[in-house]
Amino acid sequence: MDSELILKGVYFRYNSQWCLEGIDFELKRGEIVGMIGPNGSGKSTLLKIMDGLVKIQRGEILLLNRPLSNYKRGDIARQIAMVPQESTFRFPFSVFEVVLMGRFPHLGPFPFEGKEDEEIARQSMQLTGTLDLATRSIHELSGGEKQRVLIARALTQKAQIILLDEPTSFLDLRHKVEIFELISSLTRTQGLSVIIVSHDISLAAQYCQRMLLLNKGSVYKMGEPAEVITADIISTVYQCPVLVDKNPISKTPRVTVLSKGRVRHFHNSKK
Amino acid sequence: MRDSEDQTRPPRKRERCGQGGRSGQGITPLKVIYTGLILSGILIIIILISLSLGPAKVSLKDVLKWIAGYELVDQTAWMILFKIRLPRIFLAGLVGFTLSLGGVVFQALLRNPLAEPFILGVSSGAAVGAIIGIVFGLGFNLGVPLLSFMGALFTILLVMGIGSRHGGLESSTLILTGVIVNAFFTAVIMFFIATTSDSRLHSILFWLYGDLSQSRYVQLSISLPPILIVSCIIYFFSHHLNLIVGGEESALQMGVEVELLKWISFLGISLMTGIVVSFSGIIGFVGLIVPHLMRMFLGPDHRLLIPASAIGGAVFLIAADTLARTILAPSELPVGVITAFLGAPFFIWLLRQRGSQWTQS
Repeated sequence: MDSELILKGVYFRYNSQWCLEGIDFELKRGEIVGMIGPNGSGKSTLLKIMDGLVKIQRGEILLLNRPLSNYKRGDIARQIAMVPQESTFRFPFSVFEVVLMGRFPHLGPFPFEGKEDEEIARQSMQLTGTLDLATRSIHELSGGEKQRVLIARALTQKAQIILLDEPTSFLDLRHKVEIFELISSLTRTQGLSVIIVSHDISLAAQYCQRMLLLNKGSVYKMGEPAEVITADIISTVYQCPVLVDKNPISKTPRVTVLSKGRVRHFHNSKK
Repeated sequence: MRDSEDQTRPPRKRERCGQGGRSGQGITPLKVIYTGLILSGILIIIILISLSLGPAKVSLKDVLKWIAGYELVDQTAWMILFKIRLPRIFLAGLVGFTLSLGGVVFQALLRNPLAEPFILGVSSGAAVGAIIGIVFGLGFNLGVPLLSFMGALFTILLVMGIGSRHGGLESSTLILTGVIVNAFFTAVIMFFIATTSDSRLHSILFWLYGDLSQSRYVQLSISLPPILIVSCIIYFFSHHLNLIVGGEESALQMGVEVELLKWISFLGISLMTGIVVSFSGIIGFVGLIVPHLMRMFLGPDHRLLIPASAIGGAVFLIAADTLARTILAPSELPVGVITAFLGAPFFIWLLRQRGSQWTQS
């Protein structure tokens, strides 16, 4: 019963081209799964499929043991929240207003939030450390602050599953780590299940219990970070010579990209 | 000393943030009702002032007396108030209401702060429809508004079609498309004017720049029901518009039927704009000026912004039309001239103020 989301033999086609072929996957309660893979390998599409935003041609998706296709959009939104890569608000909504929008799937036909909704929004802001920003305009925030606000909005949605599509791609080192720290503490304290797409393999390996490596629309390898992230696998899939060793502190795999000249040097010195 | 200073700084900062006021809490129905009442009060005041202004001198006191039910001794004054000024004021209010509402909704749906029925060419499209109706001698009560509506709908679909071809509805593409569509429709209108030889020419020209002098109660009775119905439907989706402003993808994710909402809104706004343009001609920039002013004072939440802009639009256009008919008395200006005099500089100011911020996608 502790499987939140199950994908069985999922196929998805856009026009005549198969984008995803035979995806099997299971998301367990309270785990963080890192989804990695080269550009165009179908990561974002797979996230949308998990969220029911894109209809699949073949296969089955179960959300809490019920077929996803039986859910109404609003019901899915109460179970799954999505944090986009980037979000542009064209008008200066305040941070509080943005976070409060997460209550949308819980509102009835009367489109106003009550005291309870505001309390939930405030709690989410507390958890993400954005309470101090409440009255600021979303336009004034830095990239890292904005991502934390969007995560707060996802928490306000009160969903058990949070999908993050490259939330750290525009962030610097410190803010990247902060986002991963936040997600990892949320899964521990709130029992959330998280799938996070990231291009920062070494960083994701430090925080994710499992990694899912996509290549050309199918699962190339899935398992614990140490099983998935090996020099062989990564250099084959990404078509780029890499060195994988152990992070001396966390003992998780660490990927170093090798430039062409260094590769020769590296191989020579091995001989 | 230094320590105590450092300790006082953070709370002070927080206090300042808290004084932001509006944004510290959500929108409540009470807040919407209060704002609506205050703006309605302003609307009534502006109606009274407008009633008392004009070439024939009727004082504000006389107007109030007339409303209170005292029969005016002067029959001509009664005629002027009831048969000429009042229908004109009502129609101006309705036109302002509609155009301003159209502006807010376009700005939200297209996620573009510069969108507005006139700038996008929708008003011109409606005008072409109306002129075709006039030239073919269709009635002003049904035929002309209907063609006008079709013209408006055709234009919004055209602008969307061209504008969205290259990666989303980006600000500059959309505005450029509107400019081109506007230029084309102006040519079409000129063609019709050049080929019409009869006396209707002058009235078409005057009507083209926004003319409310031909207002009759019958126009109100035709336009009021559809406009009210469409407004209510749009208000029902006001919170959905908030989510769309935050990104179509997230809105979709949270259960907003983005496509359906777009179709409903474009149909509704085209209908309203079409009706209004067929009665009043092209009045530009109302949908730009009023929503932006309201957003500055009340914030961007559409649950408050939509009713405030609609009523504010009515206030604005009644004031503009009063100015148009009194400023050069005894001759009159088309009200579109007044709104363009105010609106064009405002548009440029908006572009300069936030241009870079709005064009990033």
